Amino acid sequence: MKQFTDLYWRLDATTRTQEKLAALVAYFTAAAPADAACAVGVLCGARQLRAVSTTLLRQWVAEETGLPEWLVEDAYAHVGDLAETLALLLPDTAGDDGDVRPGLAETVATTIHAIRDADEGRKREVVTATWRQLAPRERIVWHKLLTGGLRVGVSRTLVARALAEVAGVEPAVMTHRLMGVAGGPLDAAGFTRLLAPETAADDRRPYPFFLASAVDQTDPVAVAAELGPIEAWQAEWKWDGMRAQIVRRGDDATLWSRGEELVNDAFPEIVAAAAQLPSGTVLDGELLAVGRGGSAGGLSLLGFAALSKRAGRRTVPKKILTEIPAVFVAYDLVEHGGIDLRPQPLCDRRAVLETVVPDCFGAALTAPPAEAVLFRSPLVAADSWALLAARRAESRGRGVEGLMLKRRSSPYGTGRTRGDWWKWKIEPLEIDAVLLYAQAGHGRRAGLHSDYTLGVWDGDRLVTIAKAYSGLADAEIVEIDRIVRATTLERHGPVRICEPTLVMQLAFEGVAASTRHKSGVAVRFPRIVRWRREKTPAEAGTLADLRRMLAQFS
Amino acid sequence: MPDHPPQLLEVTDSGLYCAAGDFYVDPWRRVERAVITHAHADHARSGCGRYLCAAPGKTVLRTRMGGNATIDAVRYGEPVTINGATVSLHPAGHVLGSAQVRIEHRGETWVVSGDYKLQADPTCAAFEPVPCDVFITESTFGLPVSHWPDPAQVAAEINAWWRTNRDAGRTSVILAYALGKAQRLAAMLDPEIGPIVAHGAVMKLVEAYRASGVRLPSIDRVPPRARRVGDGRALVIAPPSVLGGSWLKLFGESSLAVASGWMTVRGVRRRRGVEKGFVVSDHADFPGLLAAVEASRARRVLVTHGFADVLARFLREQKGLDAAPLATRFTGEVPPDAAAAEDHEDDESPP
Repeated sequence: MKQFTDLYWRLDATTRTQEKLAALVAYFTAAAPADAACAVGVLCGARQLRAVSTTLLRQWVAEETGLPEWLVEDAYAHVGDLAETLALLLPDTAGDDGDVRPGLAETVATTIHAIRDADEGRKREVVTATWRQLAPRERIVWHKLLTGGLRVGVSRTLVARALAEVAGVEPAVMTHRLMGVAGGPLDAAGFTRLLAPETAADDRRPYPFFLASAVDQTDPVAVAAELGPIEAWQAEWKWDGMRAQIVRRGDDATLWSRGEELVNDAFPEIVAAAAQLPSGTVLDGELLAVGRGGSAGGLSLLGFAALSKRAGRRTVPKKILTEIPAVFVAYDLVEHGGIDLRPQPLCDRRAVLETVVPDCFGAALTAPPAEAVLFRSPLVAADSWALLAARRAESRGRGVEGLMLKRRSSPYGTGRTRGDWWKWKIEPLEIDAVLLYAQAGHGRRAGLHSDYTLGVWDGDRLVTIAKAYSGLADAEIVEIDRIVRATTLERHGPVRICEPTLVMQLAFEGVAASTRHKSGVAVRFPRIVRWRREKTPAEAGTLADLRRMLAQFS
Repeated sequence: MPDHPPQLLEVTDSGLYCAAGDFYVDPWRRVERAVITHAHADHARSGCGRYLCAAPGKTVLRTRMGGNATIDAVRYGEPVTINGATVSLHPAGHVLGSAQVRIEHRGETWVVSGDYKLQADPTCAAFEPVPCDVFITESTFGLPVSHWPDPAQVAAEINAWWRTNRDAGRTSVILAYALGKAQRLAAMLDPEIGPIVAHGAVMKLVEAYRASGVRLPSIDRVPPRARRVGDGRALVIAPPSVLGGSWLKLFGESSLAVASGWMTVRGVRRRRGVEKGFVVSDHADFPGLLAAVEASRARRVLVTHGFADVLARFLREQKGLDAAPLATRFTGEVPPDAAAAEDHEDDESPP
């Protein structure tokens, strides 16, 4: 228990990823397998069951300490964390023998699991006995385990990185091995298996994603001059979703985001469809959120904002599965029959892709039919750059971001190698917005107010529409920081509410209805283009402007 | 509150007033005659006609009130008569020269605690209980979640943290009130680990402490207009007001800690984003408050600043005492984020 408590407080004490990683590595190296197994479950967010209600705990603490219940409540109101309040209220009776007390697994088994179904008297007996054994900092952690409320500030990806380091395997391999840990308990043997050496059979690694560069030109003549004859190029829509790879190997399918995060849990229907692919298949493509009621009974694209409601989830409730169904649009076949196809030209890979994944879009290149989950990205045909530019102009109406241009002869490269893959995005939308709140940045910009919340006019009041923090020069940020400090009206923790004086030109990719911003709209991928020093807040844009854009493009 | 005429002390617009002696205790406005418990800004206002303080605190009070202030100092325990009232000052253990004010008039005795702690502190005289009829106590940490760890253990934690930072080439910065806490911290440090440096506001009071005969380790002032200070080995003591400003950038890579009684609460530390919190307070913890109340043997207890309602109710209901909150304008030790936000206390140089 002491080792895990130390880990908890080390993780709590820092916001630096490297230090968290070091703490995790140290813990997993030193802990007994049974304890480590239990910790993996807790850290990965395995479901914890409440063994004792917080009402009973409060009552018992009051009785143990002789404090009136109203004072326990007053203390809780001040501390803001029940586990911590109770731990602080109890007398510090435990000696400094933390090292000889039982480990995490035994503590959880004997003091939590064992009393889950016990009667109240038995529960109290065990709980009060445990209080006497634990130091206050241990009690906090134990209380949280007891009430099923332990949350630790680490991502599953970071836990996987730490375990990968301990085991000496690739992080992606560990991430794959950790799949399902959240579903059921892990035992000592299971933990030992987690740390086994890597074999060919457990390779679920995605390929490094090949990235496209941006075409700055709008004019088709200029694009033609830069890219040459159109015959050498394949055009597709640039989807407004989340880039991902399906890795179908061994006996399962895994779905990886560009950050090499395993997102199987968030997209069960895609994983189920991917499992039907032959083993030894890797698809590169895009996860898209779709809605029902599209044209001709098909699906309509919902855009990134809807998708992000699913993306981070560990479990997807039925309601969300039906309201925001997801599809996977495959645009490249990177591995086929277990063979790495990356060196082959795109046109050859595409030909094989067409035998592996169905084209559900049909000739009209409109929305896919309702039952489709996994299909290939249709090509956008055009005989000239001018015609292609005309197709590109349809983008916003279709809910896509523009076009992807890929050289037919291109291999599947690594990273962002310029020349073969281009994104030809549509021009961003823009509005002048007023700086309303500011928050200090991190890292290099620590202490400088560099993160801004911006708003537009709704009648005679300003409503927030976006948070943005890029696009300004360092000197401008320093200058704005001074103005923010001088015009602060109120402070809420790190956030300053400022007198509206500054106008920023804000660019964004689209507008969607939102419940998060007071304005009822959210802009997609907002960034500051420049500081409009010449404008006063009165000249900033309005909510009506945004609503017009929303109506026009959705 | 039941009626207890006549009141030896009463709350007026200018502060706690003693009509029998025609003086105020820690007035919050300029008055003719002020008896001062200690020199913190919420207890000692400049501009009064005449001050009375305990002798060990005279230099510190002078630093705060300015060279022209008229300050009378008496030894701890030595009674003086102010008009009709007998007044004596007794150690409160809060900061150097801090005192409880004992007032006796016509057989009735009141004690104003000011701020106090029962823990040992090498930089000031230890708290002495003073029996009385009415005890006016502070309640800054008047919640049972406050109980302080052993100062020796905290000192070991601080020195271990400093050593770890030094070995990693990171400067250690501790935020602490410039008067009292900073000097107490300095006395807890192990100067073998590396150089100790301090913000100018802290240094002013370090010098006042030294001039009063308190032994402190060698401390360097951070030079004004410095561009870069130290090589990651130093421990820096600074007031909370430096948070959010550019001053902290002088030290390059650094680890930031706060020394405060509020650091028992994880949320307070996290809210401010400091990495480390050390539980060091110059106020009494909850058991300390109860012990002081009991030792006073007072038949009536009035509770000021902090958790006055909570402590008064607890004393009434659990201890059967005649206790009530008393509205004053003292603030005690405020959470570190509030200190930075409100430019509290020791953030500003004294006038």
